[in-house]
Amino acid sequence: MVAASWYMGLAAALFMIGALGMLLRRNALVMFMCIELMLNAVNLTLISAGRVLNDINGQVAVFFILVVAAAEVVVGLAIIVAIFRRRATASVDELSELRG
Amino acid sequence: MVEAVLFVMMALSALAGAVTVVVARNTVYSAMGLLATLFSVAVLYVVQLAHLVAAVQVIVYAGAVMTLFLFVIMLIGVDLSEDLDEHLPRQRLWVGGLAGLVVALAAIVTLSGEFVWVPAATAQTNPESTNGTVQAVAVPLFTEWVLAFEATALLLTIAAAGAIALAHFRRVRV
Repeated sequence: MVAASWYMGLAAALFMIGALGMLLRRNALVMFMCIELMLNAVNLTLISAGRVLNDINGQVAVFFILVVAAAEVVVGLAIIVAIFRRRATASVDELSELRG
Repeated sequence: MVEAVLFVMMALSALAGAVTVVVARNTVYSAMGLLATLFSVAVLYVVQLAHLVAAVQVIVYAGAVMTLFLFVIMLIGVDLSEDLDEHLPRQRLWVGGLAGLVVALAAIVTLSGEFVWVPAATAQTNPESTNGTVQAVAVPLFTEWVLAFEATALLLTIAAAGAIALAHFRRVRV
């Protein structure tokens, strides 16, 4: 059995890559994919922790996160499409109407 | 032994996919990288006996969510070039410094050996209790977490209604 710390390390690396992409990229779609990456990293930690703690609730939590992520993707992509229809760009730097 | 080999293979492919998401110029390549990561993580779920979650991951994430992503990419065009100017002053410098700091911190904490990743992990693990069959996951889902389950039903309804409302977005003359 691979120790849980290895899974935790992999999840940390995935989360870090996702966070870096979130901070560095300007394309709204790529930023969205980075959010999915980070969610997956957290799911992996929950599964691994649930296994070593003998607790099935880790998998139940992952199930809920999957549902929330699906709902988030639906609304987020709808917003991106709505913005694109109005502004013809997917770059978040172009969106500055709310700037004070 | 099998788990170790699978772990190394899937970890490498997950990391490669994740790096592709961030560095790919073309958004379709990013989506494919994300797909590779999602599948690799699903395999790691199966290795850890989370069968139902792995199946849901492939069906919902790799199936529905990625299809939606590709739809939107095709809809708004793949050849959007990203401008590389820094609109926020010294953004890359700050991000690089921050990432280096976090990685250094994590390395120190891990290598010192003081930090226990999962506190009760020293106890004997029992694969039977976390064998994630449909039945094993459904029992807590429909007893202990039934309220949260109903709330997700409401959430999905609201999300679907919201997406339809946004799709009917009227073009405003600016």
